[in-house]
Amino acid sequence: MTSLSTAESPLNITLPSDWSSAAMALLEPDEQVLAWLEPDLDEKLYFATGVIVLTSRRLLSRAPNEQDWLTWNIAVTHSLQNRDHAGVGTIELFNEGQRLAVWRHTLGMAPAVSRLIDSFSFVQQKLEDPDAVVAVDAASCPTCGTPYAPDQDECAVCDEDPVGPSDTWALLRLARFAAPYRGVLIVGLILTLLSTAATLVPPYLTMPLMDDVLIPFQNGKPIDYNLVAFYLTGAVVAALLAWLLGWARTYLLAWVSERIGADLRTTTFKHLQTLSLQYFGGKRTGDLMARIGAETDRINLFLSLHFLDFLNDVLMIVMTACILISIDPWLAMTTLIPLPLILWLIHLVRDRLRFGFEKIDRSWSELTNVLADTIPGIRVVKAFAQENREVARFRETNDRYLGVNDRINKVWALFAPTVTFLTEVGLLVVWIFGISQVASNTITVGVLAAFLAYIARFYTRLDSMSRIVSQTQQAAAGAKRIFDILDHVSSVPDAQRPVPLDRMQGKIEIRNIGFRYGSRSVLKNVSLNIRAGEMIGLVGHSGSGKSSLVNLICRFYDVTEGGIRVDGVDIRSYSLNSYRRNIGLVLQEPFLFFGTIAENIAYGKPEASREEIIAAARAARAHDFILRLPQGYDSLVGERGQALSGGERQRISIARALLIDPRILILDEATSSVDTTTEMEIQEALDNLIQGRTTIAIAHRLSTLRKADRLVVLDRGAIVEIGNHEDLMARGGAYYDLYEAQTRQVDAEAPLEPSTPGGQA
Amino acid sequence: MINFQLTRNQAGRLVLTLMDGTVHEGVLPVRSFPVHAPENYVALVGVEGKELVWIDRLGDLTEDMRGLISEEIASREVMPTILSISNVSTYSTPSTWDLLTDRGATRFVLKGEEDIRRLAGAALIITDSHGMRFYVTDMTLLDKNSRRILDRFL
Repeated sequence: MTSLSTAESPLNITLPSDWSSAAMALLEPDEQVLAWLEPDLDEKLYFATGVIVLTSRRLLSRAPNEQDWLTWNIAVTHSLQNRDHAGVGTIELFNEGQRLAVWRHTLGMAPAVSRLIDSFSFVQQKLEDPDAVVAVDAASCPTCGTPYAPDQDECAVCDEDPVGPSDTWALLRLARFAAPYRGVLIVGLILTLLSTAATLVPPYLTMPLMDDVLIPFQNGKPIDYNLVAFYLTGAVVAALLAWLLGWARTYLLAWVSERIGADLRTTTFKHLQTLSLQYFGGKRTGDLMARIGAETDRINLFLSLHFLDFLNDVLMIVMTACILISIDPWLAMTTLIPLPLILWLIHLVRDRLRFGFEKIDRSWSELTNVLADTIPGIRVVKAFAQENREVARFRETNDRYLGVNDRINKVWALFAPTVTFLTEVGLLVVWIFGISQVASNTITVGVLAAFLAYIARFYTRLDSMSRIVSQTQQAAAGAKRIFDILDHVSSVPDAQRPVPLDRMQGKIEIRNIGFRYGSRSVLKNVSLNIRAGEMIGLVGHSGSGKSSLVNLICRFYDVTEGGIRVDGVDIRSYSLNSYRRNIGLVLQEPFLFFGTIAENIAYGKPEASREEIIAAARAARAHDFILRLPQGYDSLVGERGQALSGGERQRISIARALLIDPRILILDEATSSVDTTTEMEIQEALDNLIQGRTTIAIAHRLSTLRKADRLVVLDRGAIVEIGNHEDLMARGGAYYDLYEAQTRQVDAEAPLEPSTPGGQA
Repeated sequence: MINFQLTRNQAGRLVLTLMDGTVHEGVLPVRSFPVHAPENYVALVGVEGKELVWIDRLGDLTEDMRGLISEEIASREVMPTILSISNVSTYSTPSTWDLLTDRGATRFVLKGEEDIRRLAGAALIITDSHGMRFYVTDMTLLDKNSRRILDRFL
């Protein structure tokens, strides 16, 4: 699927082996292959691979499932075009309006297609004028098309193979978070070992107590009280020791696991913050909240409680087994009979449980999603009287949650009693075998008593260990979902070796960019140069791609094709942080965080002094109304905070943008959600903000763009007109139509109150 | 009832001629409910994205026109139906799926579990990382292996 865009230098293009010899046979001696492509859909949109080869003078093609090659001698009258719709791309070859050929492909190869088309026009230019110097773009990545920065020689952006990580050992991957606490963990493990050993001493003492004291007493000898005192003291000391060690161990390991859990949570949130808007666009809030909140907590609980128990149990079982074997290997063997059975059972239910718990987690996320949908939208729900419908939706999701739980419980309900039953049977076997051994004088009664004492412990442990299977699988399912987030690579990746950027000039060059959101092509072949300090007004119907263009400049998304350069360097080569620090953004719906007004103004520059904050607020015309609030700059805003009007909130967000003193300023419908009077106040604040900065303003009301140096009119993802207000009015094109439509509307609305489109709370 | 003419020109585009004699080149048929009612409610949309003709039922049209419209839709809109899922690279996402559809074997990358949309009954629509949609008519009717794989993502 790779093709190269340079038509100049001799190329070493390797063709896929399955058709390379067939294609090479068709080439004339001095003909060079410039690019190739394997369209992966046929005429009827069935999946099948065809071939297109572009040479220095011809286009060769083999249709899917065919053996014959078609060739076209490239002429100046030809044109090669591509378009896409609903996930299918179409490449068409025309000659003076007549279609010569059509190829179809999935959108995965869209960048390669646009490079094929570029190469095609290089060839045409060469045909027209063999000496033409065709402008060849700087070297760019053959896979994703990102141009390399001057000092880069490999692509820092792309990730070729989107194959996800393995999911089998999600829990073991938590080890990464345990690494910082290695020392404490080792101490904890030693303590565990010691305390487990100490708990095993008292049953061992039953043996001599029985054989040396009780049985001789039954046979007529007096009790040796010194010996009894010795053994019992030993048992008490061992128990005390076990208690002390157990306490230290539990505390220490719980301390560590709490920290591991907390680190996990923070790391996940931190990673989430680096992900692109695309990720958040696709995910639902409730799901993310459930993952970071509930699931890290479950893992935490597992680590601090169940994992500890599990470790303890394993140790206990191994040590007990050793002791049993050392006392009497044969008896020990009979004791261990149920063990493989139990292990086999565990193996059997483990996978079922884990998949089940994954399902439970997912349906829990769905449940949270319903809440996250309904609670913020409660005004709409009530306004349309759809409470019952929401209840029904919640109940439906809840029923699904119930259903998956039921399925797990079915497995679990059978598993736990089966293990208990097996251990009971084991105990019985020991009794039978033990009595027969005692009868044949192979072992003493003391040995049997000690055995039974150990085995009681052994089986309780085995029982509890098998119960942990459930918690383990639950934690494993949670860990998998956490690592889903952690493994997600941002679609707006930070440059590996960023070009340093301190204070930019603000010159923006947009070169042939294309942007696709899912299968929808939002921007096509947009080019625009913006001088440092220039103000550009973006105009167009909604859905024409204005906001997308701005999002691309902010690098909330990355372009699908082409590139954006700021100060002559592709923006993908800057580090995101240093780049965005130079960009100020004022949105239609200003978002205020919970906190004081001063904190909100200083959001982009927390170290700002009070003087700076006040200066910014003054310039944004926010100072006066802030002083009218009972607590001035210390008033709380945001959720449950001081109620501010739309215009007031907007001026705070303008002050916020002013404070970071950005070189590039983006105003995305900054005045659309307020009435005309407020708009005038805001406009004053904005005028202060714009001065000396490269400004890109989107406005619905064209009157607010009067100050713009140039207006850029977008329509369905392409630039249709550029010029200032007067020019564009004189031209009588798209801008004229928009302006006329708006003036008419204003006239019609004049007698009414200036309306604001349904303001959100 | 039918008050327009539809033909295909040399460039392979549909040409619509309305009763008032206006000619629109390159019109696109667009289905309003591609999932729930694919055969009805089709609009013919001009190159500027404006609706020119509304067709309640494709069945009302002449054979020729219906053929042209279906052909055009078939060449642009594709929603392969998944027949079986042979393999997935991993059960966490992103995950690469190898599958057999009614349009041949293919593979795609599933970005996240939320790209699997449940429809009424046991039908599903799965959107791949490039926005192509795959349809599962009834997941309970898939073979056991496919069902097992799918189940892990639901």
